[in-house]
Amino acid sequence: MTPMVRLAGVNKHFGDLHVLRDIDLEIAGGEVVVVLGPSGSGKSTLCRAINRLEPIDGGVVEIDGKELPAEGRDLAALRSDVGMVFQQFNLFAHKTILENVTLAPIKVRKVSKGEAENRARTLLDRVGIGNQASKYPAQLSGGQQQRVAIARALAMDPKVMLFDEPTSALDPEMVGEVVEVMSDLARDGMTMVVVTHEMGFARRAAHRVVFMADGEIVEDSTPDAFFQRPSSERARDFLGKILTH
Amino acid sequence: MNVLLDNLGEFGSRFLGTVELFVLSAVASLVLGTVLAAMRVSPVPAMRVAGTAYVTLLRNTPLTLVFFFFAFGFPLLEIADLSFFTLAVVSLSLYTAAFVCETVRAGITTVPPGQAEAARALGLGFGQSLSLIILPQAIRAVVPPLTSVQIALLKNTTVAAGFSVVEAGGIYQVLSERGYSTLVGLLWVALGFVILITPLTLLQRSLERRWSASSGGAVKAGAR
Ligand SMILES: Nc1ncnc2c1ncn2[C@@H]1O[C@H](COP(=O)(O)OP(=O)(O)O)[C@@H](O)[C@H]1O
Ligand SMILES: [Mg+2]
Repeated sequence: MTPMVRLAGVNKHFGDLHVLRDIDLEIAGGEVVVVLGPSGSGKSTLCRAINRLEPIDGGVVEIDGKELPAEGRDLAALRSDVGMVFQQFNLFAHKTILENVTLAPIKVRKVSKGEAENRARTLLDRVGIGNQASKYPAQLSGGQQQRVAIARALAMDPKVMLFDEPTSALDPEMVGEVVEVMSDLARDGMTMVVVTHEMGFARRAAHRVVFMADGEIVEDSTPDAFFQRPSSERARDFLGKILTH
Repeated sequence: MNVLLDNLGEFGSRFLGTVELFVLSAVASLVLGTVLAAMRVSPVPAMRVAGTAYVTLLRNTPLTLVFFFFAFGFPLLEIADLSFFTLAVVSLSLYTAAFVCETVRAGITTVPPGQAEAARALGLGFGQSLSLIILPQAIRAVVPPLTSVQIALLKNTTVAAGFSVVEAGGIYQVLSERGYSTLVGLLWVALGFVILITPLTLLQRSLERRWSASSGGAVKAGAR
């Protein structure tokens, strides 16, 4: 079967810094992959390389068997099949919650306004924000904004969802509500790549854990295997640091 | 007072010329300046180079030289036979567009980069990201300095007097030919410009007030 996401020989430099080193990664449809690793190891860059938000120096990125071109109109179209959720939410500040969710379906997918709004309301209900549709992003809490950001991405019916530390900018009491929405998505069979420090989510919802260090994928295993029997020194070191506090 | 009343027709037709010059050049420079700003932030390197070259050239050329080029150089090219008025509009528009471009571009940089990233991640193209997400948020930062650019344009219309365009800056010549006091005449012209500029300033203030009272106010009130 064609993998939903395929990266082959992906390399990326920031100046002299080699941020992604020969990354090969295949993710099957419906698979939930949690990416772990120390700060600066290239997790965000990997995530952004998957929808080519970050240009890469070499290698192939395929979504559902189609190679993503480097730029242009075709890239925009293929990119709309990949949903992305950012650490800082990045909701459109001048648009209402409803408009945030309907904008891309109307402008990119050419869905009618009425249809887009119906779908948006369903999605907002699903993430528990149904009654705030006419507010502006800054009137919502961080946890609420992040749930809207998830609904906004889902409105495009993406084949894959990328999450780059979706709970890192949240106050602790709001982490749970966002993790819950993500866990529901995982249960519904969404293909997900999740960069996170939420070990609970990694243990419960992930099918695979990918551990990165210095721009390389050092381990790629099941959550159980990774947390109980990490095979590399770097992973043991990393786990020792995050699980002790 | 006589200077004004005796020559009311002259003042009227010439200030009308000023207003026409201004309105046409303002619209053209806003459109062209925004297109240039889009070029300067475009992902296509050739566009960025062209935009930068245009702005560098026009911003560093005295307006009078731009006028000279279009009034005397352009006709030699024999592309089209345009009136001095049209050439004045072209000169003012091209010159002012460079300043509009830089103002809009500065406004674009006030919008957090995450906004454009989110737009791109959803599959919006460059033009859509710019027109639907970036520019609407940049406009608050852009309007006050843009009004100043347009006020400068209004005053710059007087340069056209030197190129036989009928506008207010040339009134003193007529007055001195008719034997009136040029000084008093010029004071009336200055007053005329104050009257023309006032609505621009008022418009600027009312837009600023409206924005801080509408969604912007709600955004501030709701911010944590
Ligand atoms: N835009 C950029 N310009 C230069 N260096 C960058 C840029 N983005 C990230 N880096 C560097 O690339 C490395 C990997 O960054 P990142 O992918 O954000 O790591 P992580 O998400 O794992 O913390 C870091 O050393 C970071 O400083
Ligand atoms: Mg990161």
